Amino acid sequence: MNQTPAIDYQQQRFAWTPCAEEQSPGHAPVHPVVVIGAGPIGLTCAIDLARQGIAVVLVDDDDTLSTGSRAICFAKRTLDIFDRIGCGQRMVDKGVGCNPGKVFLRDQAVYEFDLLPENGHARPAFINLQQYYVEGYLLEQAQQCPNIALRWKSKVTAIAHHEDHDALTVETPQGSYQLKAQYVVAADGSRSPLRKMMGLESQGHTFRDRFLIADVKMDAPFPAERWFWFDPPFHPQQSVLLHRQPDDVWRIDFQLGWDADPVLEKTPERVIPRVRALLGQDVSFSLEWVSVYTFSCVRMERFRHGRVLFVGDAAHCVSPFGARGANSGIQDAENLAWKLAHVLQGKAPDGLLDSYASEREYAADENLLNSTRSTDFITPKSAVSRAFRDAVLGLAREHAFARRLVNSGRLSLPSTLDASPLNTPDLAATPAAPAFSGPMRPGAPCCDAPLLHAGQATWLLPQLGDRFALMVFAAPAQTPASTLQALATLAQQRMLRLLFISEQAATPADEQVLTGLRAETVQLQDIERLAAQRYDAHPGSCYLIRPDQHVSARWRNADAADIEQALLRATGHATGTEQALAA
Amino acid sequence: MNLNTAPNLSRPDDFYEALIDMHRGLDDDASQAVNARLILLLCNHIGGHDVLLEAMRSARAGVAPTRAEAA
Repeated sequence: MNQTPAIDYQQQRFAWTPCAEEQSPGHAPVHPVVVIGAGPIGLTCAIDLARQGIAVVLVDDDDTLSTGSRAICFAKRTLDIFDRIGCGQRMVDKGVGCNPGKVFLRDQAVYEFDLLPENGHARPAFINLQQYYVEGYLLEQAQQCPNIALRWKSKVTAIAHHEDHDALTVETPQGSYQLKAQYVVAADGSRSPLRKMMGLESQGHTFRDRFLIADVKMDAPFPAERWFWFDPPFHPQQSVLLHRQPDDVWRIDFQLGWDADPVLEKTPERVIPRVRALLGQDVSFSLEWVSVYTFSCVRMERFRHGRVLFVGDAAHCVSPFGARGANSGIQDAENLAWKLAHVLQGKAPDGLLDSYASEREYAADENLLNSTRSTDFITPKSAVSRAFRDAVLGLAREHAFARRLVNSGRLSLPSTLDASPLNTPDLAATPAAPAFSGPMRPGAPCCDAPLLHAGQATWLLPQLGDRFALMVFAAPAQTPASTLQALATLAQQRMLRLLFISEQAATPADEQVLTGLRAETVQLQDIERLAAQRYDAHPGSCYLIRPDQHVSARWRNADAADIEQALLRATGHATGTEQALAA
Repeated sequence: MNLNTAPNLSRPDDFYEALIDMHRGLDDDASQAVNARLILLLCNHIGGHDVLLEAMRSARAGVAPTRAEAA
């Protein structure tokens, strides 16, 4: 690997240059998509759109990336998405992978856990990586996309809705101009100025607790594990979380309680003794970043308002427990990108975008629920709530059942979009086509699995790519010729990628069959049989996968007509299957 | 499965005495802690979510609210 000189992403400044609209005032084209906010969510959305062939204007009111300590835990699903958009490896190379963790009560370890207890996944449960690296890598990825125009120091101050476009007023160092777009993606953060301009609100609960974040740089022998203390001797009655980031930086999160003075607690005179109490008197360290925060669990009632789609913190905010903020926002971005591309390219009706809102509102509710539950465990709101919390912790060391109740944050997992209108439900089981079991039901994010392609190790997720794909669990030569022809025709018409997954390596007969098909095909060997196991596949089973790698539909036998119906449904077209679905 | 509220204790008077004895030597806070541990142990033993919810509803139904619910 090439060692490139380290860039201090926190110090980078990005030059504003006059855009086409400013250079020639009469020139006001309607752009397909304007994304507001060059944070991790806006950047991901822009890159994903560009990959789907959509030109994007990305505006940001600032000329910098993230500074200081913000999101640091990037979960497996996020890494899978970064892989798909081309920058996952950099993140993983730089990040600190840490599946194991420990929970302590007072001065004793209660139990240890492993967040990804099974093998056969390309990526770990999560990595820790400072937000400025994530943004820096995403930005460099975006800069390589010729169809992304980045406009710094461009502040959106007004929005007007028109019949065939929305017009944004953008203020720059030179003045202001009108920026027109068919669709606007609001990735402008928890205080979303655009949301306020449109008179919309994000509602929910604010929690009466304060937390201190101290990022400290040190050379100390703590392992790369996630350690969570309840009521430790060095910080009685409160909780503390310690975990490692790259560059020998450690994140320490101290619960302070509601009565803490947020200004006073940020001063080094207060922070340093707290850190020293945890690390010991002999450890030398320096403070990289300190902040005191409170948090809210809120969301907008609807994430779509006409041509404006709200994503990330602009649409929903959660507590930090479980790392569900940035991770869920990245999933918003990828859910939206392929749908916008399909609509703009005329492959789907505008109504497909309603499913962005309904799917991600559902996911936001799941994240809010998990986040609120963690908060209730970490910050009990009543004497009895605290008594049960302490009882759980007291029992956990001895009894496995109580460990399952300890909630120091349920790490962000992607939602299975069970209620999505884009899903095609399973057919009724028959003796010849028994029901599927396992988690890969319609709406589920695809599980990874190790495979071989032409003898070389690969993974399932990158093989799925970012178009619609059909996984057929059979060797091509074992598939009836008429089925193959029908699938190939459908694949060609609908730009569907065909994956044949078989236990055995490809034979000359397989290769001959595939060469004869005029479609994008690949044959993969399920060397450890994990793909078939994870998808509960029998010979001939097949899965239709969306561009965001969620299961759309599945069958025990591939039938091109069924697949086409499911494909229409997954792209927001009315289909003839409504009655069957209501049953 | 429904919550069984028919007599089911093999030795009811011995059980009751043991329950009270369990709290001997404890102040109210410590008793609260022991009760919480006991509830958690028993709930795990029962396991079924519906039965647990039914038991919680029955328990709560006998006690009127003593303060306004927080918003």
